[in-house]
Amino acid sequence: MITTPQEIITRMPASVWQPFDDPLDSGWAVDNFWAHWGLFSVGIIGFVLLVVMGFIWFERRFISPMQLRIGPNRCGPFGLLQPVADAVKVMLKEDIVPNLADKVVHFIAPIAIFVPVLLMFAVIPVHEGVGLIPDLNVGILFVIAVGSIETIAVFMAGWGSNNKYSILGAMRSVAMMVSYEMPMAFAVVAVVLVTGTLSLQGIVQAQTIPFALLLPMAFILYFIGALAELQRTPFDLLEAESEIIAGYHIEYSGMKFAMFYLGEYGGAIIQSALITTLFLAGWKGPFLPPFLWFMIKLFAVFGMIVWIRATWPRVRIDQLMSFAWKYMLPLSIVNLLIVALEVIWFEGDAVTWWLVPINIVICGALLTGWATFFKLRGGPQVES
Amino acid sequence: MALKTDLVTLNIGPHHPSTHGVFRMRVTLDGEMVREVEPMFGYLHRGLEKLAEGRTYTQIIPFTDRLDYVSSMQGNWGYCLAVETLAGIEVPERAEYIRMIVSELQRMINHMLAVGFFITDLGAMQTPFLLMFREREKLVDLYEMLCGQRFLYNYMRIGGVSHDLPPEFFPAVTKFMDEFPSYFQEFEDLLIGNEIIQARAIGTGVISAEQAINYSMSGPCLRAANVDWDLRRDAPYSIYDRFKFDVITGKNGDNWDRYRVRMEEVMQSYGIVQQALEQLQEVPPGPVKAKVPNLLRPPVGEVYVAIEAPKGEMGFYIVSDGSIAPYRWHVRSPDFINLGALRDMAIGSKIADLIATLASIDICLGSVDR
Amino acid sequence: MSLKPVGIGLMQGLFVVFKHATRKRITEQYPEERLTVSRRTRAQELVWDPGLCTGCATCVKACPQGNLKVTTSVGPNNNYIVEKFENDEGRCIFCGLCVEACPYEALFFGRRYERSQYSRGELIADKDEMSGDDKERSAYFRPDLYDDLPEQTLLIYRKHKKII
Repeated sequence: MITTPQEIITRMPASVWQPFDDPLDSGWAVDNFWAHWGLFSVGIIGFVLLVVMGFIWFERRFISPMQLRIGPNRCGPFGLLQPVADAVKVMLKEDIVPNLADKVVHFIAPIAIFVPVLLMFAVIPVHEGVGLIPDLNVGILFVIAVGSIETIAVFMAGWGSNNKYSILGAMRSVAMMVSYEMPMAFAVVAVVLVTGTLSLQGIVQAQTIPFALLLPMAFILYFIGALAELQRTPFDLLEAESEIIAGYHIEYSGMKFAMFYLGEYGGAIIQSALITTLFLAGWKGPFLPPFLWFMIKLFAVFGMIVWIRATWPRVRIDQLMSFAWKYMLPLSIVNLLIVALEVIWFEGDAVTWWLVPINIVICGALLTGWATFFKLRGGPQVES
Repeated sequence: MALKTDLVTLNIGPHHPSTHGVFRMRVTLDGEMVREVEPMFGYLHRGLEKLAEGRTYTQIIPFTDRLDYVSSMQGNWGYCLAVETLAGIEVPERAEYIRMIVSELQRMINHMLAVGFFITDLGAMQTPFLLMFREREKLVDLYEMLCGQRFLYNYMRIGGVSHDLPPEFFPAVTKFMDEFPSYFQEFEDLLIGNEIIQARAIGTGVISAEQAINYSMSGPCLRAANVDWDLRRDAPYSIYDRFKFDVITGKNGDNWDRYRVRMEEVMQSYGIVQQALEQLQEVPPGPVKAKVPNLLRPPVGEVYVAIEAPKGEMGFYIVSDGSIAPYRWHVRSPDFINLGALRDMAIGSKIADLIATLASIDICLGSVDR
Repeated sequence: MSLKPVGIGLMQGLFVVFKHATRKRITEQYPEERLTVSRRTRAQELVWDPGLCTGCATCVKACPQGNLKVTTSVGPNNNYIVEKFENDEGRCIFCGLCVEACPYEALFFGRRYERSQYSRGELIADKDEMSGDDKERSAYFRPDLYDDLPEQTLLIYRKHKKII
């Protein structure tokens, strides 16, 4: 039974604190614990806020040529200051709390949605040996665990607002996020099986081949799951504009709304960073410095998400659930089985170019084969 | 143990992103399932029918723009046709062709917008919609060249049209007609194979042929329910008997069929415009408006004339007492009547399907509420 | 049961959208880039020619909104002197029936379209404002003006610009 903070620290694995014991090893970590903590906390908050602004600008500028328009171009060069202007506007707005809202829950929800994002960033590796906790030995488990808090925050917002639209959105979100955690986790387990480590730093280092090629099935499943976790098209049901207007954050305004926005885009950063780390070899890359590689991959993944958002419509709630449980979950389990067999076959060293074409073929066959048994279409089955 | 559940009454509209104006639905929900839909309208009611009783026959034409403002030309045409039938006015042939061309172009605009709205209401981030808007924008430029405004044309007059086609209209419309099929193919590539759209649209919002007839539906919604009925072919008005075109019908009367019927009708209209442009070359230039007195006094009597507007059968019922203003002016607006079937289409489906079904009916609140 | 390839339509959609992203933009940056309106434009003002107007008030009779106000008095040669000629542009629907009806071609449409004001009262255009010298006249129902006006910019012919 853990009772005191000291006990937590003493029970934590030694590797969590290792960089502080031997700070000169990495060359980056500050030897004073509190200085290290302060520096990286501020650094992470600043990084997240800056990249959120970058993402907002990037999304708007990237979607607009697809829709044959220009996008924001008034504030600053290329509209770069548009997110700043938006932030100032949103901070000056009146904060409205509905009369019959559950005031406490209504107040806590925007905080609860943004904090997990910051927490998760503690373990994302952007460089070798850099981070608040540079090499947490259970990093991926931590990320999955903390990421689940978001579901509760969304439901708090929906429930606390005392609005029918928001409760509809919140109910959808709980159903959806719980379902999609499962195939995502299985996809991550496939990666862990191959690398043999839960540490994100270790996963990056193990990727002599980007796992997007080595484990295409896990990559696709994780990407789809990430779209669902991010509430992005085609899974943006919980804030479906044309149906339930804004979903769970319909009753929020001002800075509280901005927190939801931050949480949403912060989540986009986290999921893009996780995809980068797990499947695209993280900060690794030739010629350019690691951090730059990380950012390039981050924006590439987000660009793909935005591209999808610009093109596809959204699915219906029952289709969404059946897609998670009938299509993605069986496939992820089959994928796990195949990867496990491969790991046994290659005696633990499955990161070989041999497996790349084999796995791509298996992935295509599985996706196509399962699709013949599975129909996204609900309702009466009619021929088109 | 069964959980106790309750029905929730949700008010969708009048200010809601996907109610196409100020339409309101009172929906009774069981979780996500729709148990009851009660459409309510009248938020945009301007009393046009009553206002028209105090206007001369010419002064009513601007009002017909404001009925179905997505396809104003068809409103103009239906009204002018009704008055011409009532007063026995012969329209010059050139004017007939001009009317035909602008109206069929208008049908293309309307159907593309309807499909764009439909896809947007399915949740696409307005990209298909904006791509369709580009084609509309090209045509709207041409309408501005014709009659000075882009939206509320007021182009047709009793006995013809207000202006002849300007000389620069023909090269522009030819260029448009040349480019259009390739752009249209892009829309098809973008939408027709999309599994999500198929999953969302096939089998939702179904209405049977019998029900559709009983609800007195018309237009693409009726044809999607596999009823082969098109006023342009079955009761040809104006010069529709001179053109070859197919009447597109669907099979199941679901959202997918309504979407497909619209898309294919765009190409049929394209064919009609092409034939009309060809035939117009042989029509000698001349007056585009018959001699009609400024203050028209039709003989005492009544008339009902219906045209196949993009949204369905748009009818005008005029009672004349021999004075300069109609005694009674009534509009049978197609989307108002099609909307009546929304309840039967939507009950038992999810909210998302209710929204999609509403979009697939293609309503325009200007003509629903009048 | 045949094998059904999945996601082909979805990928095709992504490709079409990407193709559009590589095209040049078609929107205009409004305050800097302006389009030329149609020669027959029915833009947001009426232009009145005091020299041609006889004060017959046919335009008033033609207006479906009852929007035009004309007051006349009898002049020395037993003609009308127009004392007041007013159009409330806030209520005008710009249908053009008055311009069409004018038997002396004294009423025109203007070509200006930036006519927003801060209060509704400022929208009422009186005699002096409607007959100002700075007014450009549209060729709506005035075909003799048609050829002198600049050509309308059409989207079909528009040279698409680079995305900035």
